[in-house]
Amino acid sequence: MKAIRILRRNISSAFKSVVRNFSLSIASIACTAITLILVALAVVLTINVNNFTKELESELTIVTYFEEGTSKEDIDATIKRIESLAGYESHEFKSKEDWKMDMQATSSELNTALSYIENPLLDSVVVKVSDVTKLSSTAKEIQKLEHVSDAKYGEGMVDQVITIFKVVQNATVVIVIALILVTAFLISNTIKLTIFSRRNEIEIMRLVGTSNTVIRLPFIFEGFILGVLGSIIPIIITVYGYILLYDHFKGYLFTNIIKLVNPANVVVVVSIVILILGSIVGMFGSYRAVRKYLKI
Amino acid sequence: MKFIEINNCYKIYKNGQTAIADLNLEIKKGEFVFIIGATASGKSTLIKMLYREEKPTKGEVIVGGINVAKLRNSKVYKLRRRIGVVFQDFKLLPKLTVYENVAFGLESLGLKNDEIKPKVLKALEKVGLKEKFRSFPNQLSGGEQQRVCIARAIVNEPKLLICDEPTGNLDPDTSKEIMKVIDSINKDGTTVVMATHDKDIVNRMKKRVIAIENGVKINDSLKGSYKVHESH
Repeated sequence: MKAIRILRRNISSAFKSVVRNFSLSIASIACTAITLILVALAVVLTINVNNFTKELESELTIVTYFEEGTSKEDIDATIKRIESLAGYESHEFKSKEDWKMDMQATSSELNTALSYIENPLLDSVVVKVSDVTKLSSTAKEIQKLEHVSDAKYGEGMVDQVITIFKVVQNATVVIVIALILVTAFLISNTIKLTIFSRRNEIEIMRLVGTSNTVIRLPFIFEGFILGVLGSIIPIIITVYGYILLYDHFKGYLFTNIIKLVNPANVVVVVSIVILILGSIVGMFGSYRAVRKYLKI
Repeated sequence: MKFIEINNCYKIYKNGQTAIADLNLEIKKGEFVFIIGATASGKSTLIKMLYREEKPTKGEVIVGGINVAKLRNSKVYKLRRRIGVVFQDFKLLPKLTVYENVAFGLESLGLKNDEIKPKVLKALEKVGLKEKFRSFPNQLSGGEQQRVCIARAIVNEPKLLICDEPTGNLDPDTSKEIMKVIDSINKDGTTVVMATHDKDIVNRMKKRVIAIENGVKINDSLKGSYKVHESH
């Protein structure tokens, strides 16, 4: 009961303090909001990139063509060797007859043309890799094998997309970390002023024997409140912004290759991340100020 | 029965200044002791060590069985709950009423409102300010403000009342009133340690006087006075 009473008084005193130092509180809240908007962007981007990479992974395959006239035994032996490679996940054999039927199905002209000549296509095996980053190395290794005429995948484009995403992701992480530090510093400054404006109260509390924790708590709460208030706007922007974006582009970004993740899955995760991060940054900022400026 | 015991105590500040040197002192429970000395004589340091605002560099300072020198920061509040402190500059919170000022400390200790109210009213009655409990500090005279400060110090019924120049900002008549209040608190059984410059008060009260000069105890006399001190 006593703890609840102390907690209630602390929370109310923290709220009063936020209002009392209004302009500084607003500055801290705004800075927190800007940081968290960027964090939200970073998280949304990461979720989508991860999703996109996964989709690529599931769709990306290395088509391995065998030299013309390779015997069934040699093909089986080569497939065995492919199976032993590090990036190997699964494979599907596709004979030249399968390819011919596929092509004949696509257009009637091809159908007619292919029916007059001997099958010019090659036997092949479609290999799936376990990790998209191993695509290029696995393809190179397959290429070196005996009886393999060619091992193809969507080389240039896939590599570039992955590199760009990685660069963007890393840059965002760096910017976000820098902004989090700036925000924590700003909140710490706000709390510092609160501590100075309340130094008489703090002194009296110390002298009557209020425990250190009870003296410090309102300031930590104040930081927490600033952090939480600062995360409200980013959460609203994320929720409405992402849903709007998703609806506007009908689930795809620019091309049909980049599929956006369903908003229902994204907004909840992002909102939780922002709220937790906002409150942690707020409490960390005030903890720093309390450690530095609050003499107990 | 000893309440305060100081043994071979030294306090040397970081700048090398020695504030207290080889001090030995005993104060009994219920005693009234004046600490006198010129500015920068070390009396404020001594007072501050009693409520652990300062830590001795060497030696022991034992207050109510607690060794202040060995007390960890996180446990200081346990000592301070047994002590009331009155300052020269009052340190009242201007936005709170008299009642709220006295109740403030108890609230931060987590007491219930119906426990706080009788304690606050009793303390205000003791200092003769019960009628003014709704006033704000700026509506009170200097003497009244100091009485609020005393009420705040005694509201939690401390065993020791420390007064650091409580009459320093007050005229002689008001000082007398304040001393009456402090004396009656002492008569109720509270040990009082008071640092002061005020010769008249010390001479009139006829209490134990400890004189400090350059951090060294130069006189300790029961029913002493400033005159005794000056004769040394």
